[in-house]
Amino acid sequence: MTAAPEPRDGDPTVAVISDGRDPAGVGRPWVPAGRPATPRRLRAKSNAADRVFRGGARASGFTVLVIMLAVGLFLSLRAAEALKAVGFRFVTTQEWQPDTHRFGIAAVLTGTVLIASVAVCFSVPLSTGTALFISEIAPRWMKRALVTLVDLMAAVPSVVYGLWGLFFLQGQVVGLARWLSTWFGWIPIFAVDGADPTNPLATASVYTASTFIAGITVSLMVAPIQCSVMREAFSQAPPGEREGAYALGATRWGMVSAVVLPFGKGGIIGGTMLGLGRALGETIAVYLIISPVFQIQPHILQNGANSVSALIALRYGDASGFGMSALMAAGLALFILTLIVNFTASSIVARSRSGAQSEV
Amino acid sequence: MTIEPQAIEPQGIDSQASDSPASDSPASDSRASDSRASDSRGSDSRAIDPQGSEPPAVVQPGGNGSAAVAGAVPAAESTTLPVRPLAGAPTRRDLRVFRRDDWLNLCGALASGVSVALLLFGRIAPLSGVLGLIVVAYLAFLAAYALLVRLGGDGPQVRDRIWTVVLYSAAGTLMSGLFLVVGFTVVRGASALHHPNFFTQDLSDAGPLDPLTVGGIEHALVGTLEMITIALVITVPLGLTCAVYLTQVGGFGSRFVRTVVEAMTALPSIVAGLFIYATWILILHFELSGLAAALALSVMMLPIIIRAADVVLRLVPGNLREAAEALGAPRWRTVWHVVLPTARSGLATSVILGTARGIGETSPVLLTAGYTTFMNTDPLHGPQVSLPLATFELVKSPQPTMIARGFATAAFLMSLVVVLFVLARAVGGRAPGQPSSRQVVRNAQRSARDVIRFSRRPAPIALTASRVNSHSADDTSGETREF
Repeated sequence: MTAAPEPRDGDPTVAVISDGRDPAGVGRPWVPAGRPATPRRLRAKSNAADRVFRGGARASGFTVLVIMLAVGLFLSLRAAEALKAVGFRFVTTQEWQPDTHRFGIAAVLTGTVLIASVAVCFSVPLSTGTALFISEIAPRWMKRALVTLVDLMAAVPSVVYGLWGLFFLQGQVVGLARWLSTWFGWIPIFAVDGADPTNPLATASVYTASTFIAGITVSLMVAPIQCSVMREAFSQAPPGEREGAYALGATRWGMVSAVVLPFGKGGIIGGTMLGLGRALGETIAVYLIISPVFQIQPHILQNGANSVSALIALRYGDASGFGMSALMAAGLALFILTLIVNFTASSIVARSRSGAQSEV
Repeated sequence: MTIEPQAIEPQGIDSQASDSPASDSPASDSRASDSRASDSRGSDSRAIDPQGSEPPAVVQPGGNGSAAVAGAVPAAESTTLPVRPLAGAPTRRDLRVFRRDDWLNLCGALASGVSVALLLFGRIAPLSGVLGLIVVAYLAFLAAYALLVRLGGDGPQVRDRIWTVVLYSAAGTLMSGLFLVVGFTVVRGASALHHPNFFTQDLSDAGPLDPLTVGGIEHALVGTLEMITIALVITVPLGLTCAVYLTQVGGFGSRFVRTVVEAMTALPSIVAGLFIYATWILILHFELSGLAAALALSVMMLPIIIRAADVVLRLVPGNLREAAEALGAPRWRTVWHVVLPTARSGLATSVILGTARGIGETSPVLLTAGYTTFMNTDPLHGPQVSLPLATFELVKSPQPTMIARGFATAAFLMSLVVVLFVLARAVGGRAPGQPSSRQVVRNAQRSARDVIRFSRRPAPIALTASRVNSHSADDTSGETREF
């Protein structure tokens, strides 16, 4: 309960205000004479129930803090053991044989980043377009339905996307992958070793279980998150500026490109990076689709890929004590990467004009 | 950007109107000042308002002395509207975004795009594949559409139409992706889904070659429900009180807690599972169980729920809280009676969406729950399995019946998520401070009770100096009565 403090003697506020009328008596607003009135000090006297409430809330905040810090500290401590053993080679080694002290994240981290990049390349045009469509073009009834569907899409479990990628997408994309590698194979990332475009009977298996397919699957998972962040930013574009553009004779696209897109730039970048953070940490869909290889595989269309989370899911069962610590180190590396990406994203969104009031 | 030629027209009228007083300004002193005023107004309106909706006040050019007197009276009486030139009365512009020829353009372009693609794939070029056909047809359609729009419009119009079509197709692609994923799962799982034993049996009797009439996923359903219940029992009280701490109590450390929670939303779910596996199972030597999986899910869900609840609680209008405090309510009463009821629908939504995330998560469960085909209702002992984990293990098997069961499990899991989602929409979706109809009724009942309670109390006594003193003494004793 907040109780007003009782007036005390010598309190300047009370002393000055005691006579409310102005001395001249001409009705001018009263101006404090002498020392300026300082704001009153408000002291709330809390009773027992309030103290219990505050204490309880603090305790739960503290518990959460302890749990979260325990996760972080435990990860770092266990990871330190493995990192001490191999030192800097942890970043440059491609193999994963912890028991012979030959392990590193060069291959898996590259694979993770490649899969996430493919995912973002596919998801950003889709999500930007959908967000613009929802905020600028769609009629009201369609807008509500689309927002619900996009949110629902974000809630579909990742294992379902994994199934779809494995059983449906793989068969459809092989043709595209073959076409890309045949005509654009001179670009290094589209090259496929062991492919023979001149042989019509060649097996399609070199194109399966690749970074490309995993990336497309993950792109469908991250697109809804990106879309909702971008839609939020676009819908806040000031109506005055929109109408200004229309009044100057702009077409709708002219208005969008001159007002909405510059306004929502922070939302686009922030949403993209938030999706990237999700894509980096995705496990099950990637694990279902790829066939793991422990070497840097820059050919995204070719069979074989890897990611940090798939590595953990693959190797946790048969890991020795030291192997577990090595997996912890890999998990920590992934965590730090997603942490950097997420914090960059939220600071970009918060600093942009559209994100000043919004929450990511 | 296009500027229609009609838009320039009013400017001509405007300049004509403001010219006329300037021409006879030397007539008299008062007229001169008047004309200066109207002239400047005229040029102003020309500068900022090219449409010239309100012509400036103009003194009749043919006026005599009486007009000079009229210059002093309010301008409204001496205003005359300029006569519009009637030559070629302006037709109303059609402001609709989509006209009939646009429809025709669209249909024509669509037809030509499809024909070009079919021609290329069927006759001319050695191309094949459904995906390629769609892509080629789309590109041909875009080119044809640009050409058709260009025939009737200029560059900006072409760009507008093309981008509109592109945005439509982006939304269409994303939505068709969603429907493909959902539809494919349901279709592949339909063969297992329509056997009732799928929901009433576990998989222990189903051998690799047994038909779909044997075995089901009841054990996974029970496992999922138990795990998510334990996880919710841990996360909901902890998460909500932590969010209350962050927004309502604050003070030293709350910022740090918020930063750490925000950082932990980036924790990949498999790392949460790995943490529980390494501590709970390898160091503390507990067995793989539903409880361990629930703990891993809690570590993953806690930051999500806290963050969402934090956002919702921060949206509670400050004046509601201030009103409660001004009435003398202690902080916990403010939170319990004002803040939490106001934000209730949002809080429910955040919990339900966190549940939906937790229910569908596979990787923490994969590491900590083990896998079994038997029914295990005890979450503390023995391996348990959840729906996503069962899906994952079933589709790894080579038998088509097992794969069909996996798809059916995924479809069932998805329907569970959809139910949760619909629930979240029904409960939430209202901004804080907008009560549901039942809340309105309840509030009305409560205030009716309050009226009765107040009327039973003794009538307030006029405040005298002694009463004021006793009151303030009362207040500082730290007691609040009815709030």
